[in-house]
Amino acid sequence: MTQNEKAAAAKKRNHVIMMIVLVLLFLFFIMPFLLVLINVFKDKADIVTSPLALIGAHGFTLKNFPEAMAKMDFFNVFKNSLIITITSTILTILVSAMTSFVIVRNGKWKMCSAVFALMVASMVIPFQVLMVPLVSVYGGIFGILNSRITLIFMHVGFSVSMATFMFHGAIHTNIPLELEEAALIDGCTRWQTFWKIVFPLLKPTIATVAIIDAMAFWNDYLLPSLVLTNKAIYTIPIATQQFYGTYSTDIGLVMAALVLAMLPILILYLFLQKYIVAGVTSGAVKG
Amino acid sequence: MKRNTLSYKVRQYLMFGGVGTALFCAVVIVPFIYGIYLTFTSWDGVSPHKPFVGLANYAAAFADHDYWLAMGRTVIYSVFAVVLINVLAFAMAYLVTSGVKGQNFFRAGFFIPNLIGGIVLGYVWKFVFNRAFVAIGTALAGGEQVPSLLASPKGAMFCLILASVWQYAGYMMLIYVAGFMSVSDSLKEAAMIDGCTPAQAMRNVTIPLMRSSFVQCIFLSITRCFVVYDVNLSLTKGDPYGQSIMAAMHVYNTAFTYKNYDMGQAEALILFVVCAVIGITQVMVGKKGEVEA
Repeated sequence: MTQNEKAAAAKKRNHVIMMIVLVLLFLFFIMPFLLVLINVFKDKADIVTSPLALIGAHGFTLKNFPEAMAKMDFFNVFKNSLIITITSTILTILVSAMTSFVIVRNGKWKMCSAVFALMVASMVIPFQVLMVPLVSVYGGIFGILNSRITLIFMHVGFSVSMATFMFHGAIHTNIPLELEEAALIDGCTRWQTFWKIVFPLLKPTIATVAIIDAMAFWNDYLLPSLVLTNKAIYTIPIATQQFYGTYSTDIGLVMAALVLAMLPILILYLFLQKYIVAGVTSGAVKG
Repeated sequence: MKRNTLSYKVRQYLMFGGVGTALFCAVVIVPFIYGIYLTFTSWDGVSPHKPFVGLANYAAAFADHDYWLAMGRTVIYSVFAVVLINVLAFAMAYLVTSGVKGQNFFRAGFFIPNLIGGIVLGYVWKFVFNRAFVAIGTALAGGEQVPSLLASPKGAMFCLILASVWQYAGYMMLIYVAGFMSVSDSLKEAAMIDGCTPAQAMRNVTIPLMRSSFVQCIFLSITRCFVVYDVNLSLTKGDPYGQSIMAAMHVYNTAFTYKNYDMGQAEALILFVVCAVIGITQVMVGKKGEVEA
């Protein structure tokens, strides 16, 4: 064997080893999901006696789903999650893009840089520090907890800083001032310039912010659990937690509830996987 | 119209940034400041009176033995979780950028746990530990029923660490992948031509150039692990006997379960300060040695 052939053989062997490691890791990553998936189609008794069997002794069943859906009020909580996530995401994008625009374009004004610095600094504050005052102010003083609008308002307020930071970077580096000046000379107002010229050019950042924030809102538990106490406006994470507390012994129903809770976002991921991975990567690397 | 007057600038600012700034202040800044004020008062959550009590809440928080036990557990949990998350994420990033077949498929697969919230993930793992692992353990022990890992304090801690590593490794992997991609191949080739083995090229060229990825991933994993709550609640709920209560859960319990809002807030602030000091120190130490290609 020549030197090159040897190197090629070694490379091939390395690739085989790496492939095996990857497959094993992949199995570890999807194992919990697979276990839930094989058990969701089983009878309660079968799950208890043989959680590892592909099909239980009593055979394949779908009966866990309708019962869990009814007890969890699935369509209603799904609708709530959807309304809250979509509204909060859209508002976060609009509000943050506008805020970052005025901050970038008035960069020399101390007030703008002060607001921006405050926003960046605030990103290290964990939610635990704000939860008691939030409940105390909005529950105790204003008494406006327990409404979807309050939750949307808080979601947007929490994500403005991070989103503004990301739009700030995008406007600062990618949008030439000349473009806006040209629009102003052609007779656009600042307002028109922003919506007709700047905002459309921010599309990649809009996609990133939308993906990161929508995922965060959809999965958030602690804030919604403090704001929403009325069963009718629960979101999926709260409904899952409540459901588990009530029916934890009925393991078949629990499996169905977990699958229902995971399914929407997994289906979305199937179609938008490329965009989600790209969006999260650019968000993480910039943020 | 004059564009340099203060009133023009203020009007411009309010038109574009007014709503965003107002929301930010209403939800983050005002509660933050109000929260600091609350720690100096005695408040039961109901009465409009909030008598000033000085540092009594901090004294109570420092004397709260359970809080410091929870803090100690959080530190242990965070150390293990942060190290394992980053080692695994780095290894995975190396594997999925090495040119093997289907690397995009693996990247997408490793990321899946991040799509799902901590509450649901915790219940999924609870099922795995309580049912599947017990079934395997029982089969291995020859039919003798083995207890679940979640039944012992050490086991519960192990489960929490495992679930968190599984949850965050895929996300951190994406950051390390971006880091690997930013190191140009020509630098590695130059090192190899100069006689480096692939391992030496990795240690002396790639890793130093990826330092910012490490700093970022470690910062993110520290700040997330330190305030872990969702997984803690759904996976162990603090059991057995409150032996797996992490600091964030203790803060929640103090404030909302036992209605000690003022003391809970003081404990939350202490947690924030500890977390921020560790995070910022880490970033400063990490940034110091950063090199550019």
